[in-house]
Parts: sequence; structure tokens; C-alpha cells
Amino acid sequence: MVEVEAPAADRVDSGSPLPRGNGFGPWFVALLRRAWRQLTSMRTALVLLFLLAVAAIPGSLLPQRSIKIEDVNAYLRKNPDLGRTLDRFYLFDVFSSPWFSAIYLLLFVSLVGCLVPRLRTHVTALLRQPPDAPARLNRMPAYAEGQAREEDLPKLAALLRKRRFRVAVRGTTVSAEKGYLKETGNLLFHFSLLALLVSVAVSHWYGWHGSRNIVAGPDGRFCNTLQQYDDYGLGARVGAGDLPPFCMQLDRFETTYTANGQPTMFRAYVRYSDGRGAADKTTEIEVNHPLRVGGAGVYLLGRGYAPIIRYTDRFGKSQTSIQPFIPNDDRMTSSGVATFPDANVDPATRKQDPNDQIGFQGLYLPTMSSHDLTMAQSLHPDERNPRLLLVAYRGNLGMDAGLAQSVFTLDQSRINSGKLQKFDTTKALKPGEAWPLPDGSKVEFLGTRAFATMTVRHDPGEMYALGAAVCLLVGLLMSLWGKRRRIWLRVDGDRVEAGGLPRTDYSGFQAEFDEIVQAARKEGTFR
Amino acid sequence: MSALSDQLLIVTVLAYLAAMIGYAAEFSFGTRGVVARAATRARERELVTVGGPADAPVSPAPPAAPVQETPRGRAALVGRLAVALTAVGYLAHLATIVTRGLAANRVPWGNMYEFVLVVCFAGATAWLVLLSRRPAVRPLGLFVTLAEIVMLLIAGMRLHTEAGPLMPALNSYWLKIHVSAAAIASGVLLVGFVAAVLTLLRLGHDKGKRSFPFTLGQRLPDAQTLERLTFRVHAFAFPIWTFAIICGAIWAREAWTQYWSWDPKETWSFISWVIYAGYLHARATPSVKKTVATWIAILGWATMMINLFAINLVVTGMHSYAGVK
Repeated sequence: MVEVEAPAADRVDSGSPLPRGNGFGPWFVALLRRAWRQLTSMRTALVLLFLLAVAAIPGSLLPQRSIKIEDVNAYLRKNPDLGRTLDRFYLFDVFSSPWFSAIYLLLFVSLVGCLVPRLRTHVTALLRQPPDAPARLNRMPAYAEGQAREEDLPKLAALLRKRRFRVAVRGTTVSAEKGYLKETGNLLFHFSLLALLVSVAVSHWYGWHGSRNIVAGPDGRFCNTLQQYDDYGLGARVGAGDLPPFCMQLDRFETTYTANGQPTMFRAYVRYSDGRGAADKTTEIEVNHPLRVGGAGVYLLGRGYAPIIRYTDRFGKSQTSIQPFIPNDDRMTSSGVATFPDANVDPATRKQDPNDQIGFQGLYLPTMSSHDLTMAQSLHPDERNPRLLLVAYRGNLGMDAGLAQSVFTLDQSRINSGKLQKFDTTKALKPGEAWPLPDGSKVEFLGTRAFATMTVRHDPGEMYALGAAVCLLVGLLMSLWGKRRRIWLRVDGDRVEAGGLPRTDYSGFQAEFDEIVQAARKEGTFR
Repeated sequence: MSALSDQLLIVTVLAYLAAMIGYAAEFSFGTRGVVARAATRARERELVTVGGPADAPVSPAPPAAPVQETPRGRAALVGRLAVALTAVGYLAHLATIVTRGLAANRVPWGNMYEFVLVVCFAGATAWLVLLSRRPAVRPLGLFVTLAEIVMLLIAGMRLHTEAGPLMPALNSYWLKIHVSAAAIASGVLLVGFVAAVLTLLRLGHDKGKRSFPFTLGQRLPDAQTLERLTFRVHAFAFPIWTFAIICGAIWAREAWTQYWSWDPKETWSFISWVIYAGYLHARATPSVKKTVATWIAILGWATMMINLFAINLVVTGMHSYAGVK
């Protein structure tokens, strides 16, 4: 609380001694009361604030599941023992960990315990008249005296009222107080923090999100159902049926670059239907310009190339794979796979040898160096000299086992164990080029399509959070820049005394007080 | 234009350096300089106030004054010269930033180098405004310009990047609002940090510490003035910092889908916010000592620096716009 006066709770730090010999009941009540006082004291709140700050640090240094689960898995693979220990203490889920939650919940309980009495006090102060003058005004930090008549008392009161003081006249005394907004702002700020916490909880319970790589073209059309997402998260109170129905398709993707290959603009041209049966609408999605549809936002978060790879097996049957390749660097060196688990079905028996499946591990370079052909890195993110580097594998891809598999690499353990065997040497293909394989099959690189990584998010708490944040800022400004002060005037015969008390740290108070006395002198009510 | 901006940066640093030498000269030789006079003036006012309208003549002149007249005047002259040099550096600083913006044809805070330039500019602005409103704080100039020079040298020598266009993620009007607010808050907090350090030096000196850094405290304004100044500056910067974080959250909702995702930079700005909130609360709590509260402010600045340097250069997150190779 930004105020000089300590809240009542802060003045009593350890409380009265616990009663003895009166039985368990009163002792327990006293203990509880003392614990509550401790918890709601400013000192405890400060300690909790610092604990909160310290507790947030590991969340910024260690990879977090909520941000990038791949990094967490990579970390666990690299340091299995340390990783397991860290994981036991929720260090990869810091911001949803019990200890982090415990700190902020205790902090908020302490806050409520402090705020409720202060709210009560403030409401009482707002309803009450400014308090009567102290007996000796000359003890006040600001003081002036002069001559006045009792009839001028209303004029003096009016002078203060004009300066937006709240004024009470009791007999021959004028009490005035100003700056109630400071405490109002203070309370507003702290209650906004509570509101912010509630909005975050609403987001957590009722929000959902999912993301997916959408390949350009009608066959890449995507509809808003859980099955179609590459990954997703649903709030605790959201079911799969709560997702609004809409579909979307990427028509074209545009990127512009500077001469040295730094991208300057990404734009996805999409068409979408909002699920109400109307015809498709077209629009553009850019970074920083999401599309809002069905109460959700559709965000463009990434892009890349999906090579079109056609494989014709030794029986002459063709299949095409258009899978996104994941960019490894900012020059779009991308890696991915093309898998043909249904290849080599014998047309005579209509049966497939399960060890006759075909997979390609690929590396796509939008701009390959024309001098150094061994360099497996793209020189430019745009397609200036595209090459697709393929390694062909034959064997059992293991896709029927039902285990989750990366869609960007072949299963390395299968390659190591010999279940998947290399066919031939690595081959670099230009668009349109074909590569005949030793068993009489062939693979063709037909070109690429763009894909866009889209994330869809619905967050019902965000507007409440924004409202809370705005209130928080307003309250903060009011409480930091407001100044609570009191001024009293007392007429005694033909003498008048004025006393002033700044109730908060306010160095300009003397000047304000002097100005008011001067104004009264000018009016002739204070001589 | 970009090269001109780089040269102007050198001019800026040199001007601040000259100003710092001027402040230092006044600081060391002007024993009865501005500080002492300000203190004397304050005492006079106090006496007058206490004495009320009674026309009891108060003799305000300190006895030693006539003897030290000349050195005091010369030191004050050097001090004023230092302020003028600060203003020259300030204009060069402004020109550095403007030419940089013209060279890149966008707002001049699109990478870490430019950000630090703007932070220092905000700090210099805060310092000049403070100086114009309270000339008595001039002895702080030595330390403010020192902090400015250190930051600008780090920027010029370690963070410098060629002027270029923005990456698409930064291409939003929120860049103008969020980043400038963060830079202004950081710049003002830089001045607040200097004031906090000097408060501690003065408090230590008042307690009788006479070892090296505390000896500087002798020539500083009195502890209460410094402590109040520290609070004022922080109380001014804290809402701007809050505003910067809120704008960042709104932008994050437009660009990254979510208003808060505990990105390392977000986490550390939250940590700084919590620490500075702790400072404001600690200072308002009578049972917490002023030294403790002031240390919290210094801790706050430490988190700001970790956020600026360690998080930008070591940790990868979504705020990876430093552009430092």
C-alpha cells in the first residue's frame, strides 16, 4: 500500500502472548488470530512478493512445457538424471507448479486480508465528515494565524470548498480534507490484481487453442475439429464439441525479402467459411494481423515449404506425398519425410510385404550453393536454386504400431536396428527431376507448395484481463500521485488559526497551504 | 545516414564525457558549492517559517562564506558548464537516434543497439528535466553521466548492428507504443538507480562509514532529499513500466495469440515489476528501514539489467530481436 500510515495489521507484528491454562479452545483461536495477523502484515506480503519474483526465475532459465515442449524433451534426453530430479520439483512446469501457485495464492489471501479492512475504513471515511480539529493547531506541520471575525467562517469554508476540499463546519471550527482518491486508487489497484487473477483463471478454464500446418491448396483444407490439429490444448471446462465450426484453406503464401535474405513481410491468402453454410470468404492473414472467426483468433505463426514427392512403385502404382518440411534455420533449410506405407502392393495378390514399405528422409534447400555441392545448407530463404536431398529407405516404417511418431523424421531406432534399410546413395533433385531406384521404382520431385503454421486460440478471459489491467493502471496512478491532506481553521474571538496536515509524503503541501492562507487574506477573511 | 548516426554517437559520448569531467570538477573542488548553498537556503527558510511573521532578524550568512567566495563561484561555473555540455551531448544523442531512424526508414528502436540508445536518451531527458526543476541535484550529474556513458559504450562497442528493416513480427504500431514505453521507463529507472545508489552512500556516510565509496557521500545532498528523489523517480517510472507491460500483453495477443505466455523476457519484466512494487510498498511501510527499501530499488535495477543483457543475448525466447551477432 502506498501510504505512510501503516495498516492496522502492520502495527501488530507478533500479537499478544498466547493465553495459557484456559483450555485448548481459546488457545487455538488465539493462535489462528496470530497466524492471520502475521499473514496479512505488510512484512509477510513483501516476503511473499520476493518469493514470487525468485520463484519465477527458473521458469525463464529452464525450458518450459507450456512454452516449448520439444525443448523440454530434448533437455530430458540430454540430462536424464538431472532432468528427472528437476521434473520431480516441477521445474519444467514452473508457472503451474504447486509451489508457485502456493506463493501467489498466499499472497492474494494476504492481500484480501489487508484490503477488506482497508476498504471498510475507506468507506467509513468517505461517509463521514472530516474529523474535528486537534486541540493545538500550532503543533501541525503547517500553521498560520491571524485575525478574523466569526461571521467570516462560511466564507473561509467556501474558499476551501472551491478548492474541492470536503468541508465540515462545527461551531467555530472548519475541518477540510482532500485527496480521498488516493486511497480509492490504492484499493482499485489491488482489487484489479484480484480481478486479473480471476480473468487468468477464466482463460484457463474456458479457453482452448490448437495449431496446425496448413498446406496450400484445396486438399490442405482444414476444419476446426480436434482431430485435425497437430497439437491442441483444451481448458478444463471445454469439450471437443464446444469448438466453433469453421473451415479454412490456404490459397497462396507471399513473402518478401531484403537483398540479404531477411524477410520483411509474410502474408497468407486464405479462404474460410464460418460454418453457417455461407459461401467462402477470402481474406489475408499476416503476422500481427490475425483473423477473427467464430470467437477465436487465427494467427500466422510460421511458414515453410512442403515438397511434392511422387513415388511410383515397382508395380507402376503412383502415390504423392505433400508433407510440410520443418525449417531448421532462417534460410529455410528444411527437413522432413515422405512416407509410402502402402507402396508395393502386389496387384496380383493384393497383398503387401510389410517389409516392403518405402520412406524418404529429405532435406530441402530453397537456394543451394552452385559452387559447393556438399554444403547441405540453404543460402537464401527464397526458392532461387531449389534442391531436394533425399535418402530412400525400405523396410517396415512401423506406422501401424500405433505409436506416436514424428512426422518430420523417420524412426531412427528402426534404421539402427536394420528394420529400415538404405536403398541407395543420397540424391539431390531439381524440381521436375526423377530418380530411378534400383528396384525399378522411381521418385519424382514435382515442386513445392507453401504451408503456413496457424494457431487458433479462443480466450474468453482476455477482455476481463484487459479491463483489469486498465483499472490497475488507473488505480496505480491515482494512488501514486494522489495526496491526502487536512486543513483546519478555528476562530476564537477575533483570532483565527489555521493548521494543515499532509497525510502522505507531499513536499508541496506547505506551498498549497500558504496559497490558501494568502487567498483568504486577499478576501479579507484572514488578516 | 547510418554512418552519420554512428559518428554522432561518438560526439554524444564525448560530450557526455566532457560534462562528466565538469560535474566531477565541481563535485571535488566545490566544497561549498550548490549543495552547501542549497542546504543553507533550506535552513534559512526553516528559520523563517518557524519564526513566523515576527520580524526577528535571522543572520543567514555562514561565517566562512566570504573567504570561500572565489572557489565556490568557479566551481559553480564549471558545474553550469557541465550542464551545458550535457545539453550538447543530449542534442547529439537526439540527432544520433533521428539519423538512425532516417537511415532505416522506421522508428529507431527495432533492435537491441537502438533500444539501449533510446533508453539512455530517456535517462538523459529525465536527468535534464530533474535538473531544471531542482538545480540542487546537480552533484548527481557526475554519476548520471557515468551511467549514461557506460551504457552508450556497451551499445556502441558490443551491440552495434547495421541499420536495416524490421522483421515482420515487429512490424506493428505496437512497436511504437510498447517499446518506447519500455525504453522511457528503463531510462527513468536508470536515473532512479543512480539516485538509489547515492542515497545509500549518503546514508552510510551519515552513519559514520568513512571507507571509499561512502566518502563520496559527504558532498551529496542530504539523505532525506536523495531518498525522496529516489522514491519520486521510481514512482514516476513504475506506472510507465506497468503501461509498457500491459501494451506488450496486448501486442502479444495480436502477434503470438496469447497475452501472456511466460516468455523469458516477459518473466523478467514481471520479476522487475514485482521487485519495484515491493520497493514502493517497503518504502511506505514505516517498519522497513530506508536502507532496506533503497536496496530493493537497486535490486530492481539489477533485474532490469539481467532482462536487457542476459535474456537478450544468452537465453532464447520469443523476444529475440536483439539482432546482435
